[in-house]
Amino acid sequence: MLCESWKEKFDTYLDGELPSEEMRAFDTHVHSCSSCAADALARVQLKRGIQAAGKRFAPTSEFRRRIQGKIATKPQRSFRLTWMFAAALSIVTVASLFSTYLGVQRSHREQAYSEIADLHVAALASSSRVDVVSTDRHTVKPWFQGKIPFAFDLPEVQNSEFTLVGGRMTYAGQSPGAHLIYTVRKHEISVFVFQEGAFRGIWDEGSSVTKELSFNIATWSHGGLRYFVIGDASTADISNLAKLFKTASS
Amino acid sequence: MFYYVDVSGADLQVDSFEELAMPLFDQLYNFAHWLTQNREEAEDLVQETYAKALKGFSSFQLGTNFRAWMYRILRNTFLTSRTGLKATMTVPLDTEEDGPELAVESQTPETILVGRSDRELLQKAIDELPVYFREILLLCEVEEMSYQEIAETLSIPMGTVMSRLSRARKTLRDRLRPQVREGSATAAIAKGTNRAL
Repeated sequence: MLCESWKEKFDTYLDGELPSEEMRAFDTHVHSCSSCAADALARVQLKRGIQAAGKRFAPTSEFRRRIQGKIATKPQRSFRLTWMFAAALSIVTVASLFSTYLGVQRSHREQAYSEIADLHVAALASSSRVDVVSTDRHTVKPWFQGKIPFAFDLPEVQNSEFTLVGGRMTYAGQSPGAHLIYTVRKHEISVFVFQEGAFRGIWDEGSSVTKELSFNIATWSHGGLRYFVIGDASTADISNLAKLFKTASS
Repeated sequence: MFYYVDVSGADLQVDSFEELAMPLFDQLYNFAHWLTQNREEAEDLVQETYAKALKGFSSFQLGTNFRAWMYRILRNTFLTSRTGLKATMTVPLDTEEDGPELAVESQTPETILVGRSDRELLQKAIDELPVYFREILLLCEVEEMSYQEIAETLSIPMGTVMSRLSRARKTLRDRLRPQVREGSATAAIAKGTNRAL
């Protein structure tokens, strides 16, 4: 293909919006054509320049507090005043008794998060990220039959911003589990499903999205299974995908 | 260190507006400031956006694109707050003067700019773009939105996203070119003066 025919699609290519086959063809061409390589470099520099220049304005902390105060779910005042003193007293009394226990729990929990983060990173770094490649949940779900000792439901993501890439087998805490990979914009998100037994008792239930080393992780338990959603996408993206899974499995 | 956000429980809808909306606060404010070009107006715009979004949150469908929804509210609020702005948002059609997309030369505004790290020059050029070019560039490059997400935010077809982005980039390059030349001349004069000294 002549260079001129590539030029029309240059920005779309650099925005990562071409279909995967065309992306690969473009990659090959850019690596072999010095003119297009120089063109690509210049355009990437402009993109980076705009990105840096565009992050220009920051809200004041006072303004943030004002908005947060307006949208926060407020507990009833009378309830709060009545019980505040008693609750504080109780917390102080029992805090020392629980501190050792909580320390151990936290350590186990952070260890589990690290393991999940490692699985996510290792899969993305692998040349074969998924064993079953399909955007169709009806292809991916049956693939796990006979490979893992449980079944789970995958949400329909066609009308959402998420795209299913595929799935693979994985292990954590010596238990087999399912690893699914989704994309949202240019981010890749892993969803892990394990039997609860491997992770039982180390979670602060009801408090289930975490952030560590820039990864956001959501986790919850349902029907004897423990779910993890992890990626470098925003908290909102992780939370949305988690909700789709919760809806699918409920 | 871990930070916890609840994603479980039956009272999900009651609790989750804050969880979903506050992570977008800095980005929305930045975008609002770029649109309004004024801190006070940006704060008013963000405040009104959050108030409207909170009020309409019950109609938001969980699982759909919350970020695009918030940006759409902000942008529509901005447009309606400015008398006559909707009319000026009419994007002119491509003219023949625009010419075909040309290859970027080896010594270009972007390479020189990045070399100099002249962020202010680029910020000024973006500031001077028409709103319809400024907003689409920021959504793509700063917010890293996909074309689909931009289409949802701006309520325009995907094809229009692609063509408008292309024209926005071309306009920015064209506007940077004379400034870069001027800057290069100034740098050359300064260099010459230093030598003479």
